[in-house]
Amino acid sequence: MQHGKYRFIAGFLALPVILYAVFVISPFVQAVYYSFTDWTGLSSDFKMVGFKNYDWLLHDDLFWKAVGHNVVLLLVVPLVTLGLGLFFAFMLNVGGRGRKNAAVSGVRGSGLYKVIYFFPQVLSIAIVALLFQFTYNPRNGAINSFLDGVGLDSLQQQWLADPKLALWCLMAVMVWSNVGFYVVLFSAGMSSIPRDFYEAALLDGANRIKTFFKITLPLLWDTVQTGWIYMGIIALDAFAVVQIMTVGPGGPADSTQVMGYYVYTKTFHDGQAGRATTIGVAMLIVTLIFAVIVTRLGRRERLEY
Amino acid sequence: MGSTSDVGRRDLIKRSAALGLITVPAMSALSACASGGDDDSKKVDKGKKSAKNPLAVNESAALDVVIFDGGFGQQYAKDAEAEYAAAFPKTKGKVKHAATQKIQTVLQPRFNGGTPPDLVDNSGAEQMDMGTLVAKNQLTDLTPLLDAPSLDDPKKTVRETLRPGVVEMGQFDGKPVWILYYAYTVYGVWYSKSNLAKLDVEYPETWDDMLKVCEKAKKKGIAGWTYPGKYPYYLPFSLYPFIAKIGGRDVLDSIDNLEPNAWKHPAVKAAFEAYYELYKKGYILKGTPGLTHIESQTAWNQGKALFIPNGSWVENEAKKTTPKDFQMAVAAPSSLDKSDKLPFGTLWASGGEPFIVPKSAKNPEGGMELLRIMLGEKSTKNFIKQVSSLSSLNGGTEGLSLPPGLASAQEALTKAGKNVVNPRMQDWYVTLQKQQIGVGALGEMMAGRMTPAETIKKCQKFADDTAKDDAVKKYKHV
Repeated sequence: MQHGKYRFIAGFLALPVILYAVFVISPFVQAVYYSFTDWTGLSSDFKMVGFKNYDWLLHDDLFWKAVGHNVVLLLVVPLVTLGLGLFFAFMLNVGGRGRKNAAVSGVRGSGLYKVIYFFPQVLSIAIVALLFQFTYNPRNGAINSFLDGVGLDSLQQQWLADPKLALWCLMAVMVWSNVGFYVVLFSAGMSSIPRDFYEAALLDGANRIKTFFKITLPLLWDTVQTGWIYMGIIALDAFAVVQIMTVGPGGPADSTQVMGYYVYTKTFHDGQAGRATTIGVAMLIVTLIFAVIVTRLGRRERLEY
Repeated sequence: MGSTSDVGRRDLIKRSAALGLITVPAMSALSACASGGDDDSKKVDKGKKSAKNPLAVNESAALDVVIFDGGFGQQYAKDAEAEYAAAFPKTKGKVKHAATQKIQTVLQPRFNGGTPPDLVDNSGAEQMDMGTLVAKNQLTDLTPLLDAPSLDDPKKTVRETLRPGVVEMGQFDGKPVWILYYAYTVYGVWYSKSNLAKLDVEYPETWDDMLKVCEKAKKKGIAGWTYPGKYPYYLPFSLYPFIAKIGGRDVLDSIDNLEPNAWKHPAVKAAFEAYYELYKKGYILKGTPGLTHIESQTAWNQGKALFIPNGSWVENEAKKTTPKDFQMAVAAPSSLDKSDKLPFGTLWASGGEPFIVPKSAKNPEGGMELLRIMLGEKSTKNFIKQVSSLSSLNGGTEGLSLPPGLASAQEALTKAGKNVVNPRMQDWYVTLQKQQIGVGALGEMMAGRMTPAETIKKCQKFADDTAKDDAVKKYKHV
């Protein structure tokens, strides 16, 4: 039985490895290769230019601005999204005031809330972005009209047309459209935490906040970490909202420029696909650094239950 | 109780999948369309040259056309294709027509793979960069078409029937003609005659009058100006001819040529300051910096603002929201003062809807022949009627009752005479014109976040950066 084992495994692995090499690895290698060329994307003729594209990238103000925006997105969007997701999920599952026969339960109407939270998730990001574009419209958009209606017209803003606010407006949309997914994900995680833990905590007199930080969060840590990486990747992209919603697009005074969109403009507007792949390689590096940091930071002892 | 090792494995898969998610599409999208195929395309044989077929089109070869489906739609091209099929009956059913708004997404892979269509209307927000196409030798020289006899009068060449400046616009460096602009666009300050009449004013021919009209409107709660704040590169449509009027053509030419300190010319400063005053005095419609072109045009149609910088496609584009008695009209920029170098009436008019025949097209003669048909009187009249825009054919308006906007554009052209300017920034350096100077500088100035002096500095820096960038091909006025 034993000596056929490796051949058996190799046989099983060969096909996926080949597919992976062709469709995943080779584009990576090609992209790195093209980042050393002056390829325009408009014709098949190009030549090697060495590190010229990288030199350009290091001295390009707009690229660094885009990186900066991505870093802000990376810090703010996952934090807010996951924070809200955890809070809502906790309230839906264990935040209730314990009705009869159940020591641990969600707040009243939690089933309905779950559906409402999840709703944005079923909308395509294109639709969400378009809807919010109308919402942010400074003349007759919902926000300014509301402010006007309640007599707070002094608070009216240009929203997406104001370089100071534009990026924050985008972040609000990204949070809005993603939070529902994490409510559901964390709810699923929480429901697998044994009820007796909560009951024991209640008997010991722990309040909600204490229960959350001492029981829920530690037992949910793996899920949170996965969510963090996933949200981080969404934050590193942000292409669709920038493309659909912002002035330019790219924002007034480049205030919403992100790496993903910069790749797009370099390829499809400027005919500089070589430089675009260089930005792509830079994005890959940033993503890898991010993933390494998060997995390192998140490493902690596993709890058995 | 559950076991954690399970969770760990699932997480690992999720993590690696998620990691792959972002990088793979971004990069493979780029490299998937990477250089495949060579440029040795299989061209069809030429046909027999005759009086009816001066370009020697293969009378039975297929023809492949891609049209930008934007403000002008695609019907005009379909009609011309029907003419083509009628002229060469053996091609019936072989004329392949496609229309899209995503020109570059659709065509870039085809260019790259060496199988582009025979005729392309390279227009819209996703226009392929002309400078790069020319620099990479991807286009067919259209000189044979221009030297062929015109469709209606065999004694005249196609070149002789075109409006002034059209041929020159299709040239980049030296003689070959790479692009044929089919539409003819009149840019300027668009307004409603009836809305001005309601205020009991006429179109202001001097800047002092402009400010007075705006003041009068403001008292009635109407804004003087609006513009597409989300795409502020509409501002140059009236601003550039204004600069040329104040300081002469050379100012614009030196800007186009990316000359050092071109933006620091006093005429630029004067024009910027005049426009900035519109903002400072509160004559710009509230919220304008956040409006799209459609939203700003609609506000203008509703009479919430009097003036808007725009091009002659606006009449067709805004058709649905334009009131019946609107009496749309276009005017040249007002005079700044008596020392202006060019007279009132100086305006920007130039070709629009750039048509190209790719170098490796299978049937380039067919592509050019279709253009020749489109530049005939019949197709031109059809075009004017359908989309209320002029075409590059000089004439074709006789016997047609023109809609008000188009009629006024025609009038403005006649009035301008020789004083038509044609800034080339928007076809030579698209990113510089739209994203940098448009959004980054002019948009910021008109939103009140930058002074004219700062704006000039910014424009100059953007222009200098482009001049230094060896990835951008440079062009010069001859």
